Amino acid sequence: MTVEPLDFLVDPLRSGIDRRALLELALVGAFCGALGFWVVTERLAYAAESLSHGLLPGLVIAALAGASLLLGAVGGALVAAALLALAARDERIGPDTGTAVAVTGLVGLGALLALEPEAPQRLDELLFGDPLGVSDGDLLAAAALLVAGGGALAALHRPLCAVAFDPTGAAAAGVRPTLVRIALLVLLAAAIAVAARGLGALLVLAVLVAPPVAVGRGARTPAGAMFAGGAVAVLAGVVGIEVSFHAGTAAGASVALALCLAAALGAALPIRIRAAADGARRASPGRRGTA
Amino acid sequence: MRPANEAAVRADGLAAGYGGEAVLHDVSFAVEPGRSACVLGPNGGGKTTLFRVLLGELRPAAGRFRVAGRPAYVAQTERTRLDFPITALDVALMGALAGGRWWLPPRRDERAGAREALERVGLGDEAGVRFGELSGGQRQRALLARALVQDARVLLLDEPLSGVDPASAALIGDVFEELRAGGGTLLVSSHDVESARGFDLVLCLNRRQLAFGPPAEVLDRATLQATYGREMIVLEDAGPARAVTVQHHEHAHGEHDEA
Repeated sequence: MTVEPLDFLVDPLRSGIDRRALLELALVGAFCGALGFWVVTERLAYAAESLSHGLLPGLVIAALAGASLLLGAVGGALVAAALLALAARDERIGPDTGTAVAVTGLVGLGALLALEPEAPQRLDELLFGDPLGVSDGDLLAAAALLVAGGGALAALHRPLCAVAFDPTGAAAAGVRPTLVRIALLVLLAAAIAVAARGLGALLVLAVLVAPPVAVGRGARTPAGAMFAGGAVAVLAGVVGIEVSFHAGTAAGASVALALCLAAALGAALPIRIRAAADGARRASPGRRGTA
Repeated sequence: MRPANEAAVRADGLAAGYGGEAVLHDVSFAVEPGRSACVLGPNGGGKTTLFRVLLGELRPAAGRFRVAGRPAYVAQTERTRLDFPITALDVALMGALAGGRWWLPPRRDERAGAREALERVGLGDEAGVRFGELSGGQRQRALLARALVQDARVLLLDEPLSGVDPASAALIGDVFEELRAGGGTLLVSSHDVESARGFDLVLCLNRRQLAFGPPAEVLDRATLQATYGREMIVLEDAGPARAVTVQHHEHAHGEHDEA
């Protein structure tokens, strides 16, 4: 018996469960991969990790109250985002220390609530995720995230560029850097809250941080970097589900590893390309000035 | 209506700092429209702190200030992100954000205005070049183009001539003259005593205001020594007080500012 290569690739699509997982990963990956460019540019990888832990109280409160866990995750992430933004503003102790204090407080509060006798059993699902178990509501939330979040990124594009390039100059031109950064943190919180339902807190970080690392400095424009990041995340999602389907590995972990592999390749490859480009630039006098 | 001669930038008893003790105090001056002032002082003397207050980024610890309209700001190029993938044209277009409509792509006339500003600073051919690939002087001129697009009545420029090639310095000087002739007000920080002589006014700062007035009155030996302390060597045999300041810079440019 021979296996057609096309059949091999299409097989996961014949399963409804894997089809839904692919759709979820494509929707979430397209947005998170694009958002990741700003997460890395604004050095928010640590904040992203903190947020995914910091939404814990929101999740637990929602579970205890019998409310939607997605709503709890969104609420928890928004509160955490506001707290982290405030804590990171304190110039005297520095953003890392402020974030660490705030997130530890939130995790402590979440743990306190989770140790109640009626604590939710689904908590570990939320922390570690399972893309094969996404519901219609999760898919709808992911689609809404892509549309609304993508629209927000498009609308915020110029202020985001101006603040990333030179916050003081941007402020002089009327942009409010603090508000732009809070908007970015809100988008990050929404992305983590939505993606955590299907992918788990640990995988969320990979889908946000690995794509921009994979793209590296290959993109010519911020928009190009965002589209490339989204494409990398979608592709890694497909590769992860294919591997999971055929090798029988855990879907979430397979996607995470595919993302990290893409990041490792992206980080390693441009060294040679960049060295070659620098060599070419040195060889021709070109337009570089003397100062 | 404001009287025509009202100051474009005014400070009264201004003091500012970061959390603890004020790093700058007793600053009182006024610069009228169409005039240029050099903010002179050693590194760490409070020049950038003064600018941060005038930009509204840092709340003064004491005193008051007034700036006509929203000032444009030209940062030191090393304070910008060189690895951020944008072109000289993108940088100039950031000035158009001052016109509001930040959520929409730049209009055609805003793009034309940004190209025109790049032409004015001699970067017409470099519009599509990545900012990080420009030379130091070209980067400074791209930031100046951004300030031109912003079309502000007051411009604050932080060491715009530090580490800049002579051709760029001449181009920047020409733009300063055009702006002043058009009624613009310039505050330009510098640690170079000789460059201060070309301005209408000089404000000497070293953690506090030491002098303010026309260069001929302000740039005397006593004031310069108070401003620079041991960082300065006065050349005794010259006519007006001529001085060499010795700066402790990390980078190679501007290591010595010769008189």
